[in-house]
Amino acid sequence: MQRRDLMKLAAASGGAALAGTAFTACSSSGNAADGTLLLWTHSAGNDTELAVTDQILESFNGSQDEYTVERESFPQDAYNDTVSAASLAGDLPDVLTVDGPNVPNWAWAGHLQPLDLPAEVTDKFLPSTLGVFQDQLYSIGHWEAACSVFARESVLEAASIRIPTLDAPWTGEEFDEALQRIAADTDYQWAIDFSTADIGEWYPYAFSPFLQSFGGDLLDRSTYRSAEGALNGPEGLAWGQWFQGLFTGGLANIESPIGGEDFNQGKAAMSFNGNWNALAAMDLYDDVLFLPPPDFGTGPKIGGGSWQWAVTSAADPAGANTFLQAALSDEFVAEFANATGLIPATEAAAELTENYAAGGPLRMMVDYSRNFAVLRPETPAYTVIASVFTQYTGDIIHGGDVQEALDAAVTEIDADIESNSGYGF
Amino acid sequence: MTIASTDRVAAETTAADRVPTPRRRRRGDFSRSEQRAGVAFAIPAIVLLLLFVIGPAVVSLAMSFTNARLVSPVAPEFVGLENFRRAFTEDPVFTRSVLNTFVFAALVVPLQGGLGLVLALLVNQKIAGRNLFRTIYFLPVITSMVVISLLWRFLYQADGLVDSALSMLTGGVWAGQAWLADPSTAMGAIVVMSVWQGVGFHMIIWLAGLQTIPDEVYEAAALDGTTPWERFRYITLPLLKPTFVFVLITITIAAMGLFIQVDIMTDGGPLNSTSSIVYQIVQKGFQQQQIGYGAALSLVFFCIVLALALLQRRLTRDKD
Repeated sequence: MQRRDLMKLAAASGGAALAGTAFTACSSSGNAADGTLLLWTHSAGNDTELAVTDQILESFNGSQDEYTVERESFPQDAYNDTVSAASLAGDLPDVLTVDGPNVPNWAWAGHLQPLDLPAEVTDKFLPSTLGVFQDQLYSIGHWEAACSVFARESVLEAASIRIPTLDAPWTGEEFDEALQRIAADTDYQWAIDFSTADIGEWYPYAFSPFLQSFGGDLLDRSTYRSAEGALNGPEGLAWGQWFQGLFTGGLANIESPIGGEDFNQGKAAMSFNGNWNALAAMDLYDDVLFLPPPDFGTGPKIGGGSWQWAVTSAADPAGANTFLQAALSDEFVAEFANATGLIPATEAAAELTENYAAGGPLRMMVDYSRNFAVLRPETPAYTVIASVFTQYTGDIIHGGDVQEALDAAVTEIDADIESNSGYGF
Repeated sequence: MTIASTDRVAAETTAADRVPTPRRRRRGDFSRSEQRAGVAFAIPAIVLLLLFVIGPAVVSLAMSFTNARLVSPVAPEFVGLENFRRAFTEDPVFTRSVLNTFVFAALVVPLQGGLGLVLALLVNQKIAGRNLFRTIYFLPVITSMVVISLLWRFLYQADGLVDSALSMLTGGVWAGQAWLADPSTAMGAIVVMSVWQGVGFHMIIWLAGLQTIPDEVYEAAALDGTTPWERFRYITLPLLKPTFVFVLITITIAAMGLFIQVDIMTDGGPLNSTSSIVYQIVQKGFQQQQIGYGAALSLVFFCIVLALALLQRRLTRDKD
């Protein structure tokens, strides 16, 4: 083929590709005109969650004639990529579920519109279930999740370890000593299970609160423009060395499977786990305890902000907000909590559930969430922060140099913020 | 491409042979209508290739000189060679990934190609049940790489099947080794598993090459009193040259594209010891949404693979 022909070919195909994108961009979206609203959820494969979602849709569709809501569900692992691709193609649904830390990114990109819900509805919700970006409410969640230390009373008593409480959690030293004592006095292969194989959102969600308890953070939240000093300062170093020591010291398994399986199968004496696994643990062990995380200096911390519902910018605001308001009733909030074991977002809904009503077996999770929850940094840069933090925490638990890993993480985070001109901060 | 054009030349020669010279005009008509048919057949494929392969490639080429972000309200800005400067001077993980990919290819190409030839020689013998062996060796090829990666991940765990087998063989001397969690063994573990998965495919290619060698050549050589080794060295190997080139280039390109095994088994870890170029492209371009930077990395990847393929073509082409 002649060179001239090649050039023509390249020009033509580039044009074709661009035209293709433009074509799909105008052909889709804006399907709200006929009163049909499309809802995307991340719950494919999770039958209990889907069942409640369907119950909400059925009730809403049956209660009025103006709007019809339809559901499409995606597996959680591929969900964020699906939404990114759909946004590029201009093919977003009207209402979608969104993981709390992604709200700033999607809101900043213009995918979401601020919610128009009456204050008496939103005021009842736990603060960490509200997705706020630059003083606007973009998303709201039926539930909150909380991490805690799953342990068995019989095991702790056998190793004569003090059982911590909300008001008197373990100190860092006490926690380390407890792990050592379990390793020495019991037959468990591992003292504690961190589910390290879960590299989705688990690392920043579960492990960065330890960093915050040490006094560090993922980002300098006074400016939101750099991670320098927050992530790689002396507090960060202390966290990294402590965390690394658990793995290199043989207290925790580098290859522990997702969902606290090592704990469930009796290989690990305790696990640091989310409350969505609490019901399974209660079925398995009748003496399971859900203990507050240790205090490493600035108080116990756990991650806040779970999956929430948001309205895309393509949607008809009236229909979408009407639907959301109906979907956010206490009954449905309670229904989700009953089905999934997650924390109901309103107090009234909590009273409707068996586990979270006053005196219920998981009631302490509500307290942990209220007292210890830290939101992940509310910036579009969080996308990179999460990925980089996961990667370098992986390096740390595999025995890499802690200071080097943290410095490299800071360099990557700062380079991204820099190349996006600070994301508007 | 080479194969297609040779066929075409061959077809044209036979056509020319068949048609007597006085009927030249009719032959011209025939070839014009044949040409039209050729174009008609080619158009759907060309349109699809333009739209889904060449078009996106051109867009990605343009994108690699910008700071485009996957999800962003801000229009991308032209940043010149900034992405390439960052890749080669500020991104140690990427340079490590390039190195890892070359190490992977350098191990996989000879192992997979060589083992494939050995297996092909074995199953080319006239022995009972050779179709069974061919099927067994080919089974991993038709199994999804994702499934295989997941299974091997369990095999490689501390106290997994590999460790149990080693421990049994050594009478318990072997202590548990988490193959994928140790930076010094993770890449080797992936190499072994990849060779096991891909070797069947190249066995079939070698086998096809072996069966094009006529038996008469071997018979003649046997009459001349050659040893089996001499027959292999001076007949089989030289006549397998075209197959060799094909096997070499396909394995190299496949090995350079290392991704699924890394994504499923190690996520590039431990300590970046298994991170590959394609894994970094996906990581940066999609997970971290730095699509401009990801596009720049894929352009680098394209150049590396192109250069390797051209180099191999040059080294292995026929001297005449």
